[in-house]
Amino acid sequence: MAHAEGQQHPIGIYLKIWGLLFILSTASYLVDYFHLQGYLRWSLIVVLMLLKAGLIVAVFMHMLWERLALLYVIVVPPVLLLVLLSIGALEADYTFFTRGVFFVKGLL
Amino acid sequence: MTQPVPTSAGESPPLPEGLRGIVADWSSDQRAFKRVPWGKAMMWIFLLSDTFIFSAFLISYMTARMSTTEPWPNPSEVFSLTLWGQKIPLILIAIMTFILISSSGTMAMAVNFGYRKDRVKTFVLLLITAALGATFVGMQAFEWTKLIVEEGVRPWGNPMGAAQFGSTFFMITGFHGTHVSIGVIFLVITAAKVIRGDFDRQRPGFLTGRKGNYEIVEIMGLYWHFVDLVWVFIFAFFYLW
Repeated sequence: MAHAEGQQHPIGIYLKIWGLLFILSTASYLVDYFHLQGYLRWSLIVVLMLLKAGLIVAVFMHMLWERLALLYVIVVPPVLLLVLLSIGALEADYTFFTRGVFFVKGLL
Repeated sequence: MTQPVPTSAGESPPLPEGLRGIVADWSSDQRAFKRVPWGKAMMWIFLLSDTFIFSAFLISYMTARMSTTEPWPNPSEVFSLTLWGQKIPLILIAIMTFILISSSGTMAMAVNFGYRKDRVKTFVLLLITAALGATFVGMQAFEWTKLIVEEGVRPWGNPMGAAQFGSTFFMITGFHGTHVSIGVIFLVITAAKVIRGDFDRQRPGFLTGRKGNYEIVEIMGLYWHFVDLVWVFIFAFFYLW
């Protein structure tokens, strides 16, 4: 640690990450441009999204250089959102099913 | 038995790393977040709460989209623009993405030059960041206008398909746009403080009375990168999915 508090890193690393984010964004745009469909499309979207998010948090927001005590407080709680996500998906499935049964002729 | 670590005056003993470090930090005196200024830890915790707000929006959007029996409007076509006589899918959103990423890059460099106490460079980079942010909001206003006036999208319905498209779109992008706008205002305020030399002279803040410090540029940066981060998720789930 050169400085007690405050993040000091060479400017080059920001420029590299910047370039990388441009490449990843172009890639995710091309997923749509070339009309990729199905699981290939969805997995590419999610992977590119997570890579971009990871780079921003790790380098631009300096999480890479913070102590684990802060990292875990910020990064672990959002994992709980997967529970909300699953509840939402279950509920949506059920709603879709009942709408199909009662409101839409010929859907199911 | 534990040995006292010899240190010279003004130098703090090395902190333990790994899991041991977490336990040591959390069970220590005074504060749990070592080597992080108070304001920065608080900004992180605010951003965590904001993460939950945006996630709640995106998950409710998912629930609405999965449960509707109407076809969902194809974002690739809805957000296409006709440029030079050619219809290009999603081009406006792609440009907005690049603008926001660029603003994140200039912000990261502003933070860096701030810690080097390079007043003028920090000021200029903060203003470029604010200008890019304002451009983003401007393009979003254009996008909303096009959607409302030309495509007839309303929160309660639209001619292309599922009615939930409008309500989720306006809520998610509107909330994000509000964040960007607030960010632009604070970027301009921070830039003014930088060029005035507030952080060099430790001039007390107007509201808090705390001493000015270049950490404020980094805290501002955290907020701005978060706005970019949220856009990454909105871009993936709303525009590309």
